[in-house]
Amino acid sequence: MNRESITNRPTLAKAPTGIEGLDEITRGGLPAGRPTLVCGTAGCGKTMLAMEFLVRGATEFGEPGVFMMFEENAAELTANVRSLGFDLETLAAQNKIVLDYVHIERSEIEETGDYDLEGLFIRLGHAIDSIGAKRVVLDTVEALFAGLPNHAVLRAELRRLFRWLKERGMTAIVTGEKGEGNAISRYGLEEYVADCVIILDQRIEEQISTRRLRVLKYRGTGHGMNEYPFLIGPRGFSVLPITSLQLDHQVSLERVPTGIARLDEMLGGQGVFRGTSVLVSGSAGTGKTSIAAKLIETACRRGERALFFAYEESTAQVVRNMRSIGIDLAPWVTRGLLEIHASRPTLQGLEQHLVMTHDMVRAFGPSVIAIDPISNLTLAQDDTAVKPMLMRLIDFLKKEQITAVFTSLTSRGDAASAAEDSQLGVSSLMDTWLLLRNVEFTGERNRTLFVQKSRGMAHSNQVREFILSDEGIDLVDVYLGGERVLTGSARVAQEAQARAVAALREEDHQRKLRQLGARRKAIEAQIAALQAEAEAEAEEVHLAIAQEVLQQSTLRQSADAMAHRRSPPVGANGLLEKIR
Amino acid sequence: MSIPAAPDFHPEPGSTLAFQLRLYVAGQTAKSLGALANLRRICETHLAGQYRIEVIDLTKTPQLAAGDQILAVPTLVRRLPEPIKKIIGDLSNEERVLVGLDIQPVRG
Repeated sequence: MNRESITNRPTLAKAPTGIEGLDEITRGGLPAGRPTLVCGTAGCGKTMLAMEFLVRGATEFGEPGVFMMFEENAAELTANVRSLGFDLETLAAQNKIVLDYVHIERSEIEETGDYDLEGLFIRLGHAIDSIGAKRVVLDTVEALFAGLPNHAVLRAELRRLFRWLKERGMTAIVTGEKGEGNAISRYGLEEYVADCVIILDQRIEEQISTRRLRVLKYRGTGHGMNEYPFLIGPRGFSVLPITSLQLDHQVSLERVPTGIARLDEMLGGQGVFRGTSVLVSGSAGTGKTSIAAKLIETACRRGERALFFAYEESTAQVVRNMRSIGIDLAPWVTRGLLEIHASRPTLQGLEQHLVMTHDMVRAFGPSVIAIDPISNLTLAQDDTAVKPMLMRLIDFLKKEQITAVFTSLTSRGDAASAAEDSQLGVSSLMDTWLLLRNVEFTGERNRTLFVQKSRGMAHSNQVREFILSDEGIDLVDVYLGGERVLTGSARVAQEAQARAVAALREEDHQRKLRQLGARRKAIEAQIAALQAEAEAEAEEVHLAIAQEVLQQSTLRQSADAMAHRRSPPVGANGLLEKIR
Repeated sequence: MSIPAAPDFHPEPGSTLAFQLRLYVAGQTAKSLGALANLRRICETHLAGQYRIEVIDLTKTPQLAAGDQILAVPTLVRRLPEPIKKIIGDLSNEERVLVGLDIQPVRG
């Protein structure tokens, strides 16, 4: 016995339930070959849990099972679980499941002395042997307490029954009604089933009911300690063990373009990282849905699958409205790449909603999802509940490497700090946060966008004007003239004015240049005239000099001629000279 | 609970099948044997010649347990006259057996 328990210690044999999430919480399933007690109030899903355990055991793990019911008969149970897609009739015909309805009517029974419940053992044993069962469900043996007056006998027999189940190596679920006050079960079944106790609970908060599951005790193994919300959906039980996850998801370096070129440019040129979460917040009418829809459409264009959760508009409305800004979602829906789920999330509890979202994401396998808007998840302004829910959702999406865009309506978009404050609850969960704002100025409203944060990438610090038109979404630079940021008509007007001023200035320059040219020409002309004058003067001087030279030479010649005539011989000349 | 039509079922002399009783037991245990002995004694005393007892050992025919909704052993089922009645225990308390089977005790 001792030696056995030591060898068993490292790995306690576990029987997987096949129930989504429960195997994760119990780290592998229920204790194999031992009974587990499932307790809860009426209508919280004990029977469903037990039935799914049995059906999955029979269909997925090759372990046939016996369902012994004490409260409803086989036909009722078969009808009830058909809604979960379990076909008990077929399974019974295939000898994978035996349904045995144990009916006990107090009024028909007279006690006349000593007895035991060997009949029950024989019935159960016979059922087990007939299909080679490995799993047993007793739902719920507590009904026996009402049927059999002698509780002392009953208790002794139950103790024997659970021991007997263990000896036969049956992995069993025994259900029990929750007791009064702190009691786990009404008739103290936990006394006999000491290995594993699971508590189911249904609570109503703000008129919305949520079911929760907790593993109270699991002898010999670690397990998740918290309360986990669960849902009984169209594919059976789902438990959400999200808070047991660690921050150890894979990260991707791959980028996912947003579909808006200038936005990608602001986000390090390539868009957001795959598998990250993007928050788009802003007040009413700032274009949050449009950004989300664009991201979705772009994913579809790449041939990826996408899910769009619309909490404010119907599917048709989303398609029509997005078409008005040039985003046509309809073809992608037709091609099966896109699913739009429109619902009012406040109809269900947050947890239930979360489970449904999980189920849909699991079923569809998208690479991108949009939730529009997360601020509609709760009617009350109760951020404390939304944050853990989103944390679970984001963790789940990260684990699955799904890129998510969440929109969030802020109360007062134009009041700068108030808008950001209202997002403090969830913004820390987000990797990228785009903030949209309305800017009201000179009688018109315009949209601006900026990147509040974007983890792990260089991103622009600039405010851009965000323009929605029938051609689509565009971002343009705002005009940073003067002391304020100008958008819309003011930006256009300012730009026009700037253009006009620039044109005028240009003309002025041309005129000045022309004047300069003219002056230069005038000066050049003056220079030419002065030069000409100088040349003319120089010529006159030369002429006068030449005349004088000529005159003198002429005079000398005539004097010579006269002297020659007057004095014929030589010497006479000299004489004549002296006379004159 | 149900009010038996007792007067209608006063057995006519000679009608041996008026009471059809089936005793479910599990093996030849002291309890089983005691129950059968008790049953025979009570029937001989109060239903002489009007009854038939069938003993079913569930250890040999376990498939019969579900049919009569047997949990406890020994269980005595009154199959006739209708309605079906069940008595559990070793039938040591004669008074309660008579009440359970709805038999008018023979005086004296």
